[in-house]
Amino acid sequence: MLEGEFHTYMLPEFIIERRQDRCIRCRVCERQCGFNVHWYDEEMDMMREDEMKCVGCQRCAVMCPTNALIVKPHPGSYKPNANWTRERLQDLKKQSETGGVLLTGSGNDKPYRIYWDHIVLNASQVTNPSIDPLREPMELRTFLGRKQDRLEFKFGEDFEDVEITTELYPNVQIETPIVFSAMSYGAISYQAFKSLAMAASEFGTLFNTGEGGLPKELRKYGKNAIVQCASGRFGVDPEYLNVAAVVEIKIGQGAKPGIGGHLPGEKVTMPISVTRMIPEGTDALSPAPQHDIYSIEDLSMLIYALKEATNYEKPVSVKIAAVHNAAAIASGMVRAGADIIALDGLRGGTGAAPKMIRDNVGIPIELALASVDQRLRDEGIRNKASILVAGGFRCSADVVKAIALGADAVYIGTPALVAMGCTLCQKCHTGICNWGICTQDPYLSRRLNPEIASKKLVNLLRAWSHEIKEMLGGMGINAIESLRGNRDHLRGVGLEDWELEVLGIKGAGE
Amino acid sequence: MRRSRRVVLPDKDHQACGLFGVIDRSGRRFSGEMAIEAMTSMKVRGNGLGGGFAAYGIYPEYEDYYALHVMFQNWDMEAKHRVDEFIDANFDVVYAEEIPVNPDANVYNPPLFWRYFVSPNKKGEDKKLSDDDYVVKKVMEINTGIENAYVVSSGKNMGVFKGVGFPEDIAEYFMLAEEYKGYMWTAHSRFPTNTPGWWGGAHPFCILDWTVVHNGEISSYGTNKRYLEMFGYYCTLLTDTEVMAYAVDLLMRKQGLPIEIVSKIFAPPMWDIVDIMDEKKKRFYTTLRMNYGPLLINGPWTIIVARHGEMFGITDRIRLRPITSGEKGDMLFVSSEESAIRAVCPELDRVYTPMGGEPVIGRLRSREKEIAKQLSEVE
Repeated sequence: MLEGEFHTYMLPEFIIERRQDRCIRCRVCERQCGFNVHWYDEEMDMMREDEMKCVGCQRCAVMCPTNALIVKPHPGSYKPNANWTRERLQDLKKQSETGGVLLTGSGNDKPYRIYWDHIVLNASQVTNPSIDPLREPMELRTFLGRKQDRLEFKFGEDFEDVEITTELYPNVQIETPIVFSAMSYGAISYQAFKSLAMAASEFGTLFNTGEGGLPKELRKYGKNAIVQCASGRFGVDPEYLNVAAVVEIKIGQGAKPGIGGHLPGEKVTMPISVTRMIPEGTDALSPAPQHDIYSIEDLSMLIYALKEATNYEKPVSVKIAAVHNAAAIASGMVRAGADIIALDGLRGGTGAAPKMIRDNVGIPIELALASVDQRLRDEGIRNKASILVAGGFRCSADVVKAIALGADAVYIGTPALVAMGCTLCQKCHTGICNWGICTQDPYLSRRLNPEIASKKLVNLLRAWSHEIKEMLGGMGINAIESLRGNRDHLRGVGLEDWELEVLGIKGAGE
Repeated sequence: MRRSRRVVLPDKDHQACGLFGVIDRSGRRFSGEMAIEAMTSMKVRGNGLGGGFAAYGIYPEYEDYYALHVMFQNWDMEAKHRVDEFIDANFDVVYAEEIPVNPDANVYNPPLFWRYFVSPNKKGEDKKLSDDDYVVKKVMEINTGIENAYVVSSGKNMGVFKGVGFPEDIAEYFMLAEEYKGYMWTAHSRFPTNTPGWWGGAHPFCILDWTVVHNGEISSYGTNKRYLEMFGYYCTLLTDTEVMAYAVDLLMRKQGLPIEIVSKIFAPPMWDIVDIMDEKKKRFYTTLRMNYGPLLINGPWTIIVARHGEMFGITDRIRLRPITSGEKGDMLFVSSEESAIRAVCPELDRVYTPMGGEPVIGRLRSREKEIAKQLSEVE
């Protein structure tokens, strides 16, 4: 892929084994690969490949009708070295050939401790019956938004005849504590974006537009949309804000805390330019900070500007990357008027980020969540905002653990992409995606059928919800709110004292 | 910045139990014998590690004074002196005495019990507090500040008698059949599974004239506890019952909600049911749960909560612990088992098992009239 003034010293990442006895020269692999790895050698009547270009996305292997292809990590290796790993050497060679910042896509792939894998769940035995979700109702309905400390009631003739007189803050009801993370139209294809919207609408949960606006014809999905107002303010108009369920101010992103975004002009096609309200072909630059927010009081002004613009009918979320002082920042955000705190952790995904930032900035979501939840409780304001967490959730057990630590609901990005076909090749930033997800090339994106992809997404939500119910029932709980912040049901395995302390959980056996 | 403090999660008290409550709605006072007999018939529900009674209307001669029942562990006379000094400094004491006991009763290692009939003597900043809030504050100060001293009961014209033993032994020790007459009694027999019984840990749990007896294990304990912490309640007794009691205190005493509402917070109807209600009810139940979700009490439990003039029994939303109600004339019974009610009142006008979350309410006729009057005034 690296073409330039030098002959590249890079090693191929993947090797492609083609079982010639199976290959029927149908050239499917050639058509499927946007990176032009496969080509047909007419003279020899055989398929050949340029493995330097291969990203290991497995599209060809999956689509090959005779299963003739095996794509696997290239065995060619430098002398093993614990410090100077193959990845480090490759990065150095790449930079020496390009002189640029290393770019990458998807979430942090470095082996930071995944706390979810060091936390185990409880189950009922004897003194407390477990509940069978196949026989008993098991409730996952969740409300996002600010709650009141107390309600006032007005009674009629008796206590049965009652009305609540307290004025309520807007809340959004979702049927499972899982919502789709912010992925903008532009970062992902129209088809992928629409699939998320359709699935959220069908299942009764939310998708997040990201900062790329909401195409006019998709505004019918508005009541399932969290619309973002980010530093570039792309696509923000009164209708955009008012069709939404939630308005989210994006301050930061877990994959690239402190960094803005850059959608290259080549990706700003006509429909994207219309949606984002910028000229076709111009770079869409999202500044690192929001330039009208240099302080907490500035944030408050934007929160209330958005509340004014939406007649105080929608919860306003503020999304930050999980950083060292997340707890204090979150507390300030609640006091500034945020109805939802969205926290995006160290392992959060991205369509494009500088590799150094993605791999080295921010803190794990588990620790950020635990400290934010505790801080808001210490200050008596936990019920003033919902907590939405994002960044590396892989399965329903992670969701259950997050809710027990204190989250109201969980954002999932990567699992949704994987459900649609993504294989985490981490080449989102190239604009080429053989799965039709992270690309604006119509030849590639039209292979993603929203009817099919949205079904898969709904299946994913259904499967996780079933699993969450199983785990809840095992703990003797039949309503998700009884798990929220219920750290008694968690125990740590293989964690240091300070980690247990931050997580606010006991060690296993304690 | 200092590392945030470790949230210490205490070991929770796991237990199963037997409950009984009875009220004469006409206000007639009767001895503890009925409650004792009922508890005796449910002996298998306890294991002798805790029993207790709450009796209402037992101190008519001191009905305007808070009756503080104070327990001194290990007969700690130093603690006794400190409590005497503390009470003298903060209250006007009209009468104090050792609670009379029967030393021949079959109980193990009883502590010393005293009762003080007091009225608040508020000073300085405390003058802003209501009498009730002042008493709560002072009770907490004794319980957390004076070692080996523990206020087990602090309401007016009522008292809690509890300890380690089967309920009938505790009753014999405190001579409840002979010494006291009340219009309402609740009782508890305990079957703790993991904490050794101590006299203060027995039920009923009491603050002011509120008492709670409880059977169950709350699977939402952590959620409830951490929500209550936001409102200044810190659970120190390590029992589910404490969570229940604080939730009752917050909702009923502080926020003034009637049990008819509180029961729907503790044990809300299933969403499936709410979704098919008429719009007004649907909005009511949805809003209630949206706001008070952290006080949904999950898992298996039955409680009987009492205060002057009324008591109610309620079980969890899917009825994982038993509760039965019976009525005979002015008498209303709530019990873990129908057999216990039949044991003391074989002929009943009505016996029924309430639905999950449906409270059985026993109110004095006089209180019912008061409420009806209040509601009509609001109209």
